[in-house]
Amino acid sequence: MIHGEHCQYLLGSLSEYVDGELTGELCAELERHLAGCENCRIVVDTLRKTVYLVRAANEQIDLPEDVRSRLYHCLDLDDYLKK
Amino acid sequence: MIDHSAENMTDFNGELSLKALQNGDRNEFSRLVELYSGKLYRLGLKMLGNPQDAEDILQETYLKALRGIKKFDGRSSLSTWLYRIAMNESLMHLRRKQPEMLSIEEPGEGDLEEQEPLQIVDWCCMPEKELMSNEVRRKLDHAIEELPANLKSVFVLRDIEELSTLQAAEVLGLSETAVKTRLSRARMRLRKELSAYFSEKNIEGSVYDSR
Repeated sequence: MIHGEHCQYLLGSLSEYVDGELTGELCAELERHLAGCENCRIVVDTLRKTVYLVRAANEQIDLPEDVRSRLYHCLDLDDYLKK
Repeated sequence: MIDHSAENMTDFNGELSLKALQNGDRNEFSRLVELYSGKLYRLGLKMLGNPQDAEDILQETYLKALRGIKKFDGRSSLSTWLYRIAMNESLMHLRRKQPEMLSIEEPGEGDLEEQEPLQIVDWCCMPEKELMSNEVRRKLDHAIEELPANLKSVFVLRDIEELSTLQAAEVLGLSETAVKTRLSRARMRLRKELSAYFSEKNIEGSVYDSR
């Protein structure tokens, strides 16, 4: 559970790293660090999985049909509902 | 006839004509509604946490868009403009609902939170069906709901609506650096919540034993 100063220093970069947007020396430094720090590897893996779970859980949210009908009605677009 | 000739007058995927919308073309407006209503409803649902408020935000966003389209200068894409209206509506709604929460939960961009002890529990390789259980979904929804508005707005745009950093920055009027910082803080909070949850489940033995 002990986390070193170097880990703390790199923590703010992990989110960008899991997006594949971290570049240059900071990315190289982080990858060198990850090779030798299991705790940080776990944080990276679980952070990546957290983002994946959020996306997977929310991509299935659809607009309910009754909400859609009332929206079209309030915009005076009822004639487009079936199109 | 809809004019698609002026490229800078169409939205980012080139499918909608701003000129037609500004000329009051109902057909084009119905396409704007069809294209984004699902996304805007989801945004309201995640920002406010309940379907009735999400529906109010959705209707108000399109009513404002209808009233304001003539004044829209086309400097951002139509989708960014719509997201901005919906997000402003959501934030105003939150302020009305929870004024006391917003006033105290507007942390700066410092990294105090990131200096808290980390939860080091390796749950990422658990079976998919356990990671995606209804209980986990509820836990995630609750954790998102608990985020302060300034982190939630960034998180919803980036990780639920899947906007780019630049587009989220444009919607919220923030720098890209601020978007990245807030997204990092929001994600780390959610990771911490999930880690605490899976750690507890692991101790109980019910997660791994049910494989």
